Amino acid sequence: MAIRERLSGNEAVAYAIRQINPDVMPAFPITPSTEIPQYVANYIANGEIDTEFIHVESEHSAMSATLGASAAGARALTVTSSCGMALMWEELYVAASDRLPIVLALVNRALTGPININADHSDSMGARDSGWIQIYAESNQEVYDNFLQAFPIAEDPRVHLPVMICQDGFITSHGVENILLVEDEKVRELVGEYHPEHFLLNSKEPMAVGPYAVSNYYMETKRGQREAMSNAREVILELASKFEEMTGRRYGFFEEYAMDDAEYVIVLIGSAAGTCKAAVDKIRQATGKKVGLCKIRVFRPFPEKELALTLKDRKAIAILDRSEMFSATCGPLGAEVQAALFGVKSQAEAVNYFYGLGGRDITVEDFEKVYGRLEEIARTHEIPDMYEYIGLRAK
Amino acid sequence: MENTYNFKEVMSREERLAPGHRMCAGCGGTVTVRAVLRALRPGDRAVVGNATGCLEVSSFMYPFTAYEDSYIHNAFENAGATLSGVETAYRVLKKKGRIDDTFKFITFGGDGGTYDIGFQSLSGAMERGHDMVYVCYDNGAYMNTGTQRSSATPQYADTTTTPSGRVSDGKVQVRKDLTAIMAEHHIPYAAQTTFTDNFKDLHTKAERAIYTPGAAFLNVMSPCPRGWGYDSSELMTICRLAVDTCYWPLYEVIEGKWMLNYVPRKKLPIKEFLRPQKRFKHLFQPGREELLARFQAEVDRQWEALLRRCES
Repeated sequence: MAIRERLSGNEAVAYAIRQINPDVMPAFPITPSTEIPQYVANYIANGEIDTEFIHVESEHSAMSATLGASAAGARALTVTSSCGMALMWEELYVAASDRLPIVLALVNRALTGPININADHSDSMGARDSGWIQIYAESNQEVYDNFLQAFPIAEDPRVHLPVMICQDGFITSHGVENILLVEDEKVRELVGEYHPEHFLLNSKEPMAVGPYAVSNYYMETKRGQREAMSNAREVILELASKFEEMTGRRYGFFEEYAMDDAEYVIVLIGSAAGTCKAAVDKIRQATGKKVGLCKIRVFRPFPEKELALTLKDRKAIAILDRSEMFSATCGPLGAEVQAALFGVKSQAEAVNYFYGLGGRDITVEDFEKVYGRLEEIARTHEIPDMYEYIGLRAK
Repeated sequence: MENTYNFKEVMSREERLAPGHRMCAGCGGTVTVRAVLRALRPGDRAVVGNATGCLEVSSFMYPFTAYEDSYIHNAFENAGATLSGVETAYRVLKKKGRIDDTFKFITFGGDGGTYDIGFQSLSGAMERGHDMVYVCYDNGAYMNTGTQRSSATPQYADTTTTPSGRVSDGKVQVRKDLTAIMAEHHIPYAAQTTFTDNFKDLHTKAERAIYTPGAAFLNVMSPCPRGWGYDSSELMTICRLAVDTCYWPLYEVIEGKWMLNYVPRKKLPIKEFLRPQKRFKHLFQPGREELLARFQAEVDRQWEALLRRCES
């Protein structure tokens, strides 16, 4: 029987870490992710798990030590947010090209400039080209469930890539919600023991990690990573179906909400989906207008085909980005969804708005306005505001 | 350990850095690596770490590795943290009964990767007390990228970013005393050495560093013929002069106790060490005598300070 609890997103991730009992966890404090290593330190202090905590002196060292531990043959993970992830940036690429099945619990927070501790996706979106699998969550339940699936995805021989499990800072990381926890035995069965094929501490087969590769080898390395990322698609779905058998909770590349007949669709990532769903319900109930939501769960690998298929025949689509990329045009999600639509020669109108930067609240009314605009655009076929910020201060 | 050194026995041990790597002829760094790895007891296994630098790009160029042991290179500034992770994994996997063999953890970094960009990562690893040895092969500049100044570069050295010129005497600052800084981390073992005589000093210190439980730091002056500008056959002479001028004293700090391992019978003037090196050529031009005197004064000051530390 599932265990009913009330946990914050951070508590839920820490609980999952306790259940998995990984070998090594280097971590450095940063808001809002720092509660996770605190909870884990308590589990260790009370003998509930035998994970080794490395109290590194920076996030760069956190990822470096995680990488060393993983290459040595340990199941290793770390936790961070925002600038911490930015400081790891170089190491993210090394971890992916070394094909190490590391898991990173990322609590999304805006990158500094000005300093801000609240949620947006600028940290993980900045790392979207680093070769990591990225899985996002709307709720505490989802981040917990995603975390339980992370190591099996990362360690699958078809994949062998690091995985980033993302949740929105404070909104889910600190917000306490009802949650259904999986029993320890079931978690262990799902995650299994880690027995790497090659590792530094294998005395039967010394191994060298992290070569200098000149131009006659580098490109094949990247191609290998690409193939692994491509393979991750089927592995992610396999894990989702195993997880569904185990818990009844269903996951895919994205969640479709009221999408069967939807004409006006919002595409977004993360916790704002909850508010958007409320707007969908409200609009449908009040007006019967066919509005829907497509919430991206897996951003890397990008589910291009599946998304295009579900979106292409809608009347109008608003892609909502929770981070800037300063192309002075679109945001990262906007760019990729629009490219996917172009690939299938979709005739749907599409706009790309920015919201929630640095934790700016987004409300049901904001979403209602977006749906209103989509309706207008579909009717007039005119797009006055292709890229726009939602919820800006008037003054 | 002092009395057990047997040159012949040590030299007949299995070579752990295979030939065929791409390091320069006469490179001090290579000598350091071979000598340190030779201090591993036969049968013991090691994971060798490496900061980015000459050594890394020349000894593990895909698909060839020169290391008989397991090896990991990660990046420039994180050899300390990377080996921390490997060593911790070892302790966990051993505790959980997943591995049996004894492994030792040795990481190499040049002075750029150690004194400068990798300083924080090194400091963290030493402070946490991982059972590992960090070996700096100190050649006094960023040699891999073409002899740029580092904080280990001696004062007045002509480097590509501190060139001597009409209004420049070379590097302005004196070098950072990293061995002392590491000793101040209160680690069980820190030492400074280079290539002298039959390598007894280097070997003994490497062995002590590897087999002392906890964090150890070994600073090995490892001359670079290209960056320093001396004939590569003069490697041993240069090292001897560094030691006999007290430019590079041989000492160790065991459990906080400072010990000098060598006091030259006759302390040679610093110009003997400087003269054979092109990087100091400008110091011997007429009108720059004052610089030599200042260099000498700094060497003397540091030597006196070391003597006081070792006496107390």
